Amino acid sequence: MVVWTDFERATITDIFSKLDYEAVGGATLARCLIVYPWTQRYFGNFGNLYNAAAILGNPMIAKHGTTILHGLDRAVKNMDNIKATYAELSVLHSEKLHVDPDNFKLLSDCLTIVVAAQLGKDFTGEVQAAFQKFLAVVVSALGRQYH
Amino acid sequence: MTCLSAKDKDTVKVFWAKVADKVEEVGSDALSRMLAVYPQTKTYFSHWKDLSPGSAPVNKHGKTVMLGVGQAVACIDDLNAGLLTLSELHAFTLRVDPANFKILSHCLLVVLSIKFPNDFTPEVHVSLDKFLAALSRALSEKYR
Repeated sequence: MVVWTDFERATITDIFSKLDYEAVGGATLARCLIVYPWTQRYFGNFGNLYNAAAILGNPMIAKHGTTILHGLDRAVKNMDNIKATYAELSVLHSEKLHVDPDNFKLLSDCLTIVVAAQLGKDFTGEVQAAFQKFLAVVVSALGRQYH
Repeated sequence: MTCLSAKDKDTVKVFWAKVADKVEEVGSDALSRMLAVYPQTKTYFSHWKDLSPGSAPVNKHGKTVMLGVGQAVACIDDLNAGLLTLSELHAFTLRVDPANFKILSHCLLVVLSIKFPNDFTPEVHVSLDKFLAALSRALSEKYR
């Protein structure tokens, strides 16, 4: 059972309430595909991923980044039961999408960096700790149903 | 084994020139974040009186570490040779578990993302990430 402090709950809710999902989602997925190019293996049907400029300008990537980010909303609304909330999504990522769960951590590192740039000074060490704890729980839940 | 391309090296050098006059600020912030986000790293600093962000030992050590990164930028064409002494220090005296290099690297990237939001593009990010990984490997060279 994950125990959340009041500060952590408030921080996570606050970050997501202020988030520009389009901007952050697209930027995060694009950054992940650029910084960790092997992740492109899952996006064979997404058109031109030939170089950084192409990835950054790719509308399918931008849209999918937003989708992924909205997927986190479920966790924000169910912080006390993230494992159960993501059981189905975990099965999907394992059995249908065949995504190596190590990739979840790579994406979450990129998300941390993009959110940090957005929040600037407000992304203090304590806020970062809460945010990374939240993402670690999400990553763990998403990897749970792999076998 | 990653090799840094000529483009990676140029990107790192150009970007680091912008960081050069903020080494203490950047180093202190990265170190503070590491201690806050990854509390297990505090075990290496039990000899400090004050581990809080912005404290004197954190500022001083943050600067020291960043100057070390700067040293690595300067010898980017041969990290193993250039970081030999530092590697021996970390291997035989400090004995920092190399897993922590990755942790500090991540915190440094977060700080750079905050302080240089326009310059820290995805292309700069990937070159820096590769560089920090190469730096970490060079620092671990003498461990065993």
